[in-house]
Amino acid sequence: MKFAHLLAASTLAVMAAAGAHAKTLVYCSEGSPEGFDAAPYTAGTTLDASGKALYNRLVEFDLGTTNVIPSLAESFEVSEDGLEYTFKLRPGVKFHTTDYFTPTRDLNADDVIFSFLRQASADHPWNQYLPGISYEYYNGMEMPALIKDIEKVDDLTVKFVLNRPEAPFLANIAMSFASIVSKEYADQLEASGNMAALNSQPIGTGPFKFVAYQPDAVIRYAAHDDYWKGREKIDDLVFAITPDPAVRRQRLEAGECHIMPYPAPADIEALKGNDSLEVMEQPGLNVAYLAYNTTVAPFDNAEVRRALNMAMNKQAIVDAVFQGTGTVAKNPIPPTMWSYNDAVEDTPYDPEGAKAILAEQGAEGLTMEVWAMPVQRPYMPNARRVAEMIQSDFAAVGVNVNIVSYEWGEYLAKSTEPNREGAVILGWTGDNGDPDNFLAVLLGCAATGDGGANRAQWCNEEFDGLLQQAKVTSDQAERTKLYEEAQVVFKRENPWATLAHSTVFMPMSSKVTGYIMDPLGTHNFTGVDIAE
Amino acid sequence: MIRFLVGKLAYLIPTFIGITVVAFSFVRLLPGDPVLLMAGERGITPERHAQLTAQLGYDRPVVVQYLDFVMGLFQGDFGTSLATRRPVLGEFFALFPATVELGLCAVILATIIGIPLGVFAAIKRGSVFDQVSMGAALVGYSMPIFWWGLLLIIFFSGILGWTPVSGRIDLLYFFPNGTGFMLIDSLMSGQSGAFTSALRHLILPSVVLATIPMAVIARQSRSAMLEVLSEDYVRTARAKGMSPFRVVGIHALRNALIPVITTIGLQIGVVMAGAILTETIFSWPGIGKWMIDSISRRDYPSVQGGLLLMAGVVMIVNLLVDLLYGVINPRIRHS
Repeated sequence: MKFAHLLAASTLAVMAAAGAHAKTLVYCSEGSPEGFDAAPYTAGTTLDASGKALYNRLVEFDLGTTNVIPSLAESFEVSEDGLEYTFKLRPGVKFHTTDYFTPTRDLNADDVIFSFLRQASADHPWNQYLPGISYEYYNGMEMPALIKDIEKVDDLTVKFVLNRPEAPFLANIAMSFASIVSKEYADQLEASGNMAALNSQPIGTGPFKFVAYQPDAVIRYAAHDDYWKGREKIDDLVFAITPDPAVRRQRLEAGECHIMPYPAPADIEALKGNDSLEVMEQPGLNVAYLAYNTTVAPFDNAEVRRALNMAMNKQAIVDAVFQGTGTVAKNPIPPTMWSYNDAVEDTPYDPEGAKAILAEQGAEGLTMEVWAMPVQRPYMPNARRVAEMIQSDFAAVGVNVNIVSYEWGEYLAKSTEPNREGAVILGWTGDNGDPDNFLAVLLGCAATGDGGANRAQWCNEEFDGLLQQAKVTSDQAERTKLYEEAQVVFKRENPWATLAHSTVFMPMSSKVTGYIMDPLGTHNFTGVDIAE
Repeated sequence: MIRFLVGKLAYLIPTFIGITVVAFSFVRLLPGDPVLLMAGERGITPERHAQLTAQLGYDRPVVVQYLDFVMGLFQGDFGTSLATRRPVLGEFFALFPATVELGLCAVILATIIGIPLGVFAAIKRGSVFDQVSMGAALVGYSMPIFWWGLLLIIFFSGILGWTPVSGRIDLLYFFPNGTGFMLIDSLMSGQSGAFTSALRHLILPSVVLATIPMAVIARQSRSAMLEVLSEDYVRTARAKGMSPFRVVGIHALRNALIPVITTIGLQIGVVMAGAILTETIFSWPGIGKWMIDSISRRDYPSVQGGLLLMAGVVMIVNLLVDLLYGVINPRIRHS
């Protein structure tokens, strides 16, 4: 095995050194992957390096959109009651052939069932193949409660039986955690007692196959010659791990890499001014918000919440903090998401009006806390600065603000406490492009309480009823109407001040062609080429 | 000599026990826990939190966890990383050669520049050279590593294009990770240009990491040399008509080096600490960067294991310096 590895490595190196026209795309990635099995991890960095590069799923997001399209399943049918999803698998799909595994068969139903059952059942021999492993996305997307059974109808047909109708199910299983791994490879590893290799020497059906990983330095992939969508135009894909954004910029400008994610906002203008580079940009599928605790007086009063939102100069906040890399948010979902209700009118900036409402509601001279998160997130470049601007805006209407902050883990936990004091700055980046992934996760009644993501502790029957109805409706036009209506209720009740949607930038060499930005924020190199 | 060695080793045992306590406590004293960070904005129910905490074994009393950690150490088990699920010891030693390579280059650079700088400054005491070099040493000592690293990258890599921006070797070269030392592996690979590429990649990080130790060594060499130069035997040697080179190079320098060697030994700890920032700036895949990632993820086993191993390395180096000190100056050995 070692010799074969050495031989493969040497061959590649000689090819590269000889300049044998091998096209190598170098991506200056922002961090190291935790592993190469996409199921147990939630970090985007890890899922870029595993789920997107190495694997496919039954259905996937059409690149550049959040539309779900068939992938390893060439077609699927949903029963009338919405409880059965039958997937017809694509014949002839090959798994990667590497120096550590040679598949003897094509993808079949056993691989699909294995990929889900290992996450579903604690008794499954692969559930704990790494000590202490957990499947946070599988649990977070409520798969254990949702999936009743997975049946093999025949070698190329799999049926999922659900406990309840769930319209976002397809979008959920298009996510990386539902990547299909090779059962044949798993069996081989189990027999050899080397189960951990599933995470370190991965085998998938995806556009690239794994070649080598040098921790914290570089990941190397090669094009999958037998890829079912056709071989990629580039021969090799390299992730050069470069955590610092300033250094990533230098590497890009020096030609050491072709493409980089997450530039520092301050560098964007300079990058745009560089003739040898192109900077792609796209609104991020995210929202930053200030969540009041709607169960604590006086924030249990929707009028008080509206008055506070009227006191806030959101445009000034976005201009000062996002510096051209964000837009003011009026809805809890971003404008790029289907069902976004553009007819909703944002609460106007009106300090005088706010003062009058506060006086009317007996809330003048209010003192409150505004929580500022201690870290930078894709949806929030500087929460402390935002909190300071809110403090100043609120002072103008007679509301005194104390800014508080905690260590990030503490912040996340304490902000979910039902009796929490004050309003919390936080945000969300979508997982799968379904409005349910924003509205139900962040504002649904089931998400209230200790540990839930509904930091406003807001449980509105009308709003939640619309979400529940949308969840069991398979017709997207109908769902769109329901979510649009829900956004109207949200704006009327103001459980949050919706702050901003950030813009995502992707600087790259102008030689790179065919790169498509993913609204879900992942980095996918399918279809990318390098001009000679 | 054996008694001296045994005496030194005896010191190591309580130190090591103390380090296990510090390493174990340090990451637990930080607010936040790994399960919360894993859940992120999505939140986590108290039940699921309890389930995952139990799964990781963090629901047990801290003393039990500590004893478990220490018992594991006796069996060579430093725990399993919460992030990667790989053994901490394996992760450490996969990355350690990169840090050693960088650290050694930095210490060598700091020594070969720092000592002559200090010695000449002492010989030319009060001269422009003395003032400029010691001023530069003070600036070097006060330099924030992160800023200094970025400045060098922008100037030498960005503007002049003389050195690579970051990494250990040009991505064109690809060979199996043999010893983990890129200079050696690149030589062994036989690929033309690989060694030069590895060497070029070492220049900037080594300079950045060497800056503070170089300043300290230069200042220490100067003061030690000044002290020795005022000794009677140096005056006698000069009076006997010995050449200035022999007086300084043979008689003074040898004695002045004793405290300098101690200083160099102590700089190993400084280099290990400096490596954390230097490796982050230069995307250098060593243990410094690994520790930063582990701390931010509250990866308890990696942080406690990593701290312990790093402390162990510093202790061993200091022991070797002590022994070397004993060899150079027999009075130490016999006292």
